[in-house]
Amino acid sequence: MSLKPTAIDARSGAPADVPKLCYVRKRRHDAPDAWTLEIEFAESVPFSYTPGQFNMLTAFGVGESAISISGPPGQGRLIHTIRDVGPVSHALTRLAPNDPVGVRGPFGVGWPMATAEGQDVVIVAGGLGLAPLRPAIYHILSRREHFGDVWLLYGARRPEDILYRSEIEEWRKKGHIDVNITVDHAGMDWPGHVGVVTGLLSHVNMDVSRTIAMLCGPEVMMRFVAASLTEKGLGVGRIFLSMERNMKCAIGHCGHCQLGPAFICRDGPVFTFERMGPLMSVKEL
Amino acid sequence: MEKLEYNLCAHPFFAGLDNSFATLAVSCAQDAHFGAGEFIFHEGEAADHFYLVREGRVALQIAAPGRGPATFLTVGPGEVFGVNWLASPYRWSYDARAIAPTLAVALNAACLRQKCESDPALGYALTKRVLPVLIERLHACRVQLLDLYGARS
Repeated sequence: MSLKPTAIDARSGAPADVPKLCYVRKRRHDAPDAWTLEIEFAESVPFSYTPGQFNMLTAFGVGESAISISGPPGQGRLIHTIRDVGPVSHALTRLAPNDPVGVRGPFGVGWPMATAEGQDVVIVAGGLGLAPLRPAIYHILSRREHFGDVWLLYGARRPEDILYRSEIEEWRKKGHIDVNITVDHAGMDWPGHVGVVTGLLSHVNMDVSRTIAMLCGPEVMMRFVAASLTEKGLGVGRIFLSMERNMKCAIGHCGHCQLGPAFICRDGPVFTFERMGPLMSVKEL
Repeated sequence: MEKLEYNLCAHPFFAGLDNSFATLAVSCAQDAHFGAGEFIFHEGEAADHFYLVREGRVALQIAAPGRGPATFLTVGPGEVFGVNWLASPYRWSYDARAIAPTLAVALNAACLRQKCESDPALGYALTKRVLPVLIERLHACRVQLLDLYGARS
């Protein structure tokens, strides 16, 4: 009997299907159903990633789940914001400081940060979609003079669901990012916008010849935002979106995350709307 | 150009409208300002004005027993509210409350309807401007009903 060879990560040369042992160092409650974990490797290992990539996190004894990296690169610790929606994510969000957790990664193609340099950037996030965009925002802040105008348009369900509230205020004040937030439902005490995130696009004075858009959120939201951006004249090759599918192996072997000819885990999760638009409109996929 | 006429013509809702129509509409218009927290109208009252927001922000709300008022949409500069002026029975179906100091152009609904009846071309021109607002808001409502950001998304 012959054993299937172990998958090797092309970048590090290490086995890509074996989780590395890590420990949770901090746990923060960011929204009613979302927690942010700071994770540290048990042993010092070389680990670098680009904004928009993801890791496979293992809750030992429960399972593994694809979670976007939501912290700024170069911090030493991995940061993941996780929504409690299923057995694995529930177990991950219950982990306390010093609990073990497995990490495979980083995987996938991230945001086009080099392409975005010298351009205006429109960042549109919906719900937990702000988490995969957070590293891109910190990258822009660290090289702010290399980017033009930057807008963050963020839609959440209710005011209490807004992630990273104190940080967003810092981005607005110190990072010279034009931040607009809207929620779907609000009470009397909410002084901000109420309505869908596409409505915030009217706040963006966009020069379509020098603008890059980065979208992350529910697929329906991204589809409508991308349609609104193209109506404004932004080219489909200038719109980037982070796709989500059922990622299992994370290295393009199993096909669980396949969308037409694309493996979301390996070829994405960040794609241009030029490539994803035609696939997103196929209901059978 | 008079300030009121300028305010009306500069508003995106009236952008590109024929000058003669703008002159008809301005005869129904007045500037309006509302303090933060001030109610502009209440559900059930006669829809006596159509508002073009110039500055500030207005929350459109529906109150539910035991839950208090819920905001379903906010409207800001360049946007409009109060489209009930166009369709019978001309009554507000929600509350409108300024949540920031707000400047608007208020168009008298009865006056505007009378102008539209007298000049169907004006009525058609205004209807063509109101319809996209309604379609956009209907679509937005559908998207909000999907609860995209809910836990299952």
